[in-house]
Parts: sequence; C-alpha cells; structure tokens
Amino acid sequence: MFTRRACIVAFLFAALLFGAPAMAQDNAGNKSIVVASTTSTQDSGLFGYILPIFKAKTGIDVKVIAQGTGQALDTGRRGDADVVFVHAKPAEEQFIAEGAGVRRYPVMYNDFVLIGPKSDPAGIAGTKDIVAALEAIQAKGAPFVSRGDRSGTHQAELALWKAGGIDIAEEKGPWYRDIGQGMGAALNTASAMNAYVLSDRGTWISFKNRGDLTIAVEGDNRLFNQYGVILVNPQKHPHVKQALGQAFIDWLISPDGQKTIANYKIDGQQLFFPNATVPGA
Amino acid sequence: MPKTRVQNSMSAIDLLLGGDPALYAIVRLSLIVSLAATALAAIVALPFGAMLGLTRFPGRAGVIVVLNACMGLPPVVVGLAIYLLLSRSGPLGFLGILFTPQAMILAQALLVFPIIAALTRQTVEDVWSEYRDELMALRVAPFRRVATLLWDARFSLITALLAGFGRAAAEVGTVIIVGGNIDGFTRVMTTAIALETSKGDLPLALGLGLVLIGLIIMINALAWGVRRFGEARAG
Repeated sequence: MFTRRACIVAFLFAALLFGAPAMAQDNAGNKSIVVASTTSTQDSGLFGYILPIFKAKTGIDVKVIAQGTGQALDTGRRGDADVVFVHAKPAEEQFIAEGAGVRRYPVMYNDFVLIGPKSDPAGIAGTKDIVAALEAIQAKGAPFVSRGDRSGTHQAELALWKAGGIDIAEEKGPWYRDIGQGMGAALNTASAMNAYVLSDRGTWISFKNRGDLTIAVEGDNRLFNQYGVILVNPQKHPHVKQALGQAFIDWLISPDGQKTIANYKIDGQQLFFPNATVPGA
Repeated sequence: MPKTRVQNSMSAIDLLLGGDPALYAIVRLSLIVSLAATALAAIVALPFGAMLGLTRFPGRAGVIVVLNACMGLPPVVVGLAIYLLLSRSGPLGFLGILFTPQAMILAQALLVFPIIAALTRQTVEDVWSEYRDELMALRVAPFRRVATLLWDARFSLITALLAGFGRAAAEVGTVIIVGGNIDGFTRVMTTAIALETSKGDLPLALGLGLVLIGLIIMINALAWGVRRFGEARAG
C-alpha cells in the first residue's frame, strides 16, 4: 500500500514539474504578454477600458501587474514582465541607460493634485503654487501622508519638496506619515486621518472612500505627470515576447490607441491625455 | 448614507446570485488554487507527519519544534521566497510560471505543508499510543504501520486538512506576490478584496469578504458531512 502511495506521489510531482512549463507554453500559444504597470493605470480603470479594445483588434491578452513605478521597473529588470508602463521619466531613462529596456515611448499625461481635508488646516485650499503649499504644510505641521514606496507619485512628491528647498528626510516630523503603500491605501489613510496627500488625478476621480477630502491645490505646471512605455530588453532576457510587446506599444502610440485613451472618461471627465507625438514628452 | 453602504455590501452577493461571470471566475480560481495547494501539501505532509509521529531518531524533538513553528510562517515571506525562486532571474526562472496560478498553488502548498504535517504528527502519535501493543505484536513493518495509522485516523485528519485549507483560502500575502493579482488570470477572492479596499470601495470589499467567509463555511460543512457519513458507515 505504501509503495502505491509512493508511486502516486512521484507521479504527481512529475506532473507538476513537467505540466507547469507545458501549461505556461499554452499561455504563450494564447498570445499574451505581461505588463508591469502602476496602480494608477489600473485603479483608475484605464486598463479595464482599453485592454478589451486592444484584444478585440489583435487577439493579444495583456496581463497587468499593478505595482508602484519603482517596483514595476524592478520587475522588468528581473525579466518578469515583457513591457513596463510607468510614470517617472528620470527613473525610466535610468532603466534604458542600464540596458534593461529597449526604448522609451511617451504615451500620455495627466496631472497630480494635492488632496486635503475640507477644514484645510494649512490654509492652502484653492491656491495654485504647489511648492508654497507644501511649505505651508510643513510650517504648520499639518498631517501629510506620503506613499513612501518609490512609486512615480512618491518620486514626484520628493522632487516637489526638494523644489521648495525642504530636505524632507531631515525635516519630517510626526506630521509626515510615510506609509509605504499604493495610491488607494494612501488615500484611505489620508481620509481616515484628515491629512494632505499627493495623488494622480485619475486615481482620485475614481476613488470612492473620500470622506472629508477634496482637491486643495491643482493646476501648477510642476504637477504634470507623464507616462511612458518601454519594451524589456530581449537581449538581456531572451524569453521576452518582443513582437507581441512591441505590437502593444505600437498600438498605444498609434492614432487609434491614442484616441482610445482619450475616450476613457468617468462622469464625463477625461482622465488621461494622449501625447505620444509631442517631442520630448 | 448608512443605507447605501449596506446596499453596496449586498451588491457583491447580488453579483454572485446574479451569476456575474467575472466574480464566478474569481471564486472558481480561489477554490482551485487553495484546494490544489492543500491536496499537493497533503500528499507529502500526511506520510511525513505520520513517519515523524512513529519513528524515534536523534534530533526528532528539534524537527518537531521547527515543524510546529513553521505553522506560523509569515505568508509574505513565503511569497517573497517563491517569487525569487521563480523569477526569470532566479534558479527556477526557466519554468516561466511566475504570475501564474501554478506559482500560487506552489506557494500556498508550502504554507500549508507544516500545518498538515504537524497536526498529522500529533494525531498519529495519539492513535499510535492506543494501538502500539497490537501493531508491535503483529510485527507490522514500519511503512505498513504508517499506512494503517493514517487510514485509522482518517476522520480526525480531515480537521488537519481543513486547517490547511483555511490557511490557504484566507491568505493574501503569498498569492499577491507570486500571482500578481492579474485580472481574469490570477485574481482570487483575497486579492480582489485587497484591490477593492485600495480603490476605496470598502462596501464592495466587505461584501466580497462575506462571500469568501460563506465559501469557507460551506467547505467546512461539506467536510463535516463527509466525516459523519464516513463514520456512520465505518461503524
């Protein structure tokens, strides 16, 4: 009886070991790619809108892993994704310079907004100067939630502190709450603590648990948020699905893909603005 | 306002009853992954736990302590370890199964193994003390003893399997790391709940949570029924 069990065990292990790659190959047969992207593109519902349209045109399944920009780029570096679709231009250029990616294509932009409680303890509601607003938050010690996760939004936030001459690593106090989580979690935290938080507009528009939060500062040029897409370098990772990945990129920056992005709206509000043809974007 | 919240919590149940295909796919994948992980773990853990219960060797106490401690393995650590193992840059990268259900099954199996093995060890050891003289007198070979005792304790071992399944079905830490929470491919109940929470749709997240708890209760009720039926037949 025991030997029979041993046979079954051996068989099942063999099945798992040999079956797994076979199943993985099946997936390849289905024409699918893995895209490491940011929480904002998924949580705002953009992918839910454009991917079915892309699939209908090309038959390619796009599997999205939603991470922060820093983590998404690392996923690409390890070769665990075919394409990265992120929003932190300096980090993307670094990614190309390392040889981890082939070429960066600008795709679209939206903007960041500073979210805060209606009570507005820092007295900045309705102002246009984001750097002055952050200085006021720091001066008054008003609660501020930071993503703290190397995401594109976190990197933008750090750049804005720096622009105001504030070394946040040195000057942060108990008012500065670094939570190390995604955009949604940061908004939930800010909602619970009535704190200020920097968010991309797309996630904010689609966010449901707002509580007393509202937009405090918007419209500053420095709140511009550019998205780019990069094919992971097949010379570094030979299993990267070069043709399918490039097909996805080509569609995103094509007139058709750009129009599809522009068509995505929530309550009549456009969330992302295509700009693949703008030089230097 | 409170009324709409309750209505939203019910909306997950409406989706379920209304046969929403996306929700059904998530529920199906949750069951497949957690049941497969429990089965895979049990195939190794049951004989391993029973052997550990029956044999005496130097260092046995140490093995038992480590095994018991591993019942509390942090899922996020197991997830990270499996991620590094299965990553294209890792030793098993050639398999290409990161961000697939297979990877999720493997990770959960690792998480569940110590629970089933440790509980089996305890159960078999208890049964062994009852049967010891009989089996010794009959000069039953050790391997045969393992099989006999596992069979004899089969109804008690259902609890060990349920504990393992409960752990697998309820955890989010490993599956979100090795599965990637891909819509329609590796999204399960727990990662869907985490996602809805992060979107700020707390009522829907809570509703999905209620559905998950309901499923776990159903599985347990089913196991209880099987046990009662089996015990009645076995006399």
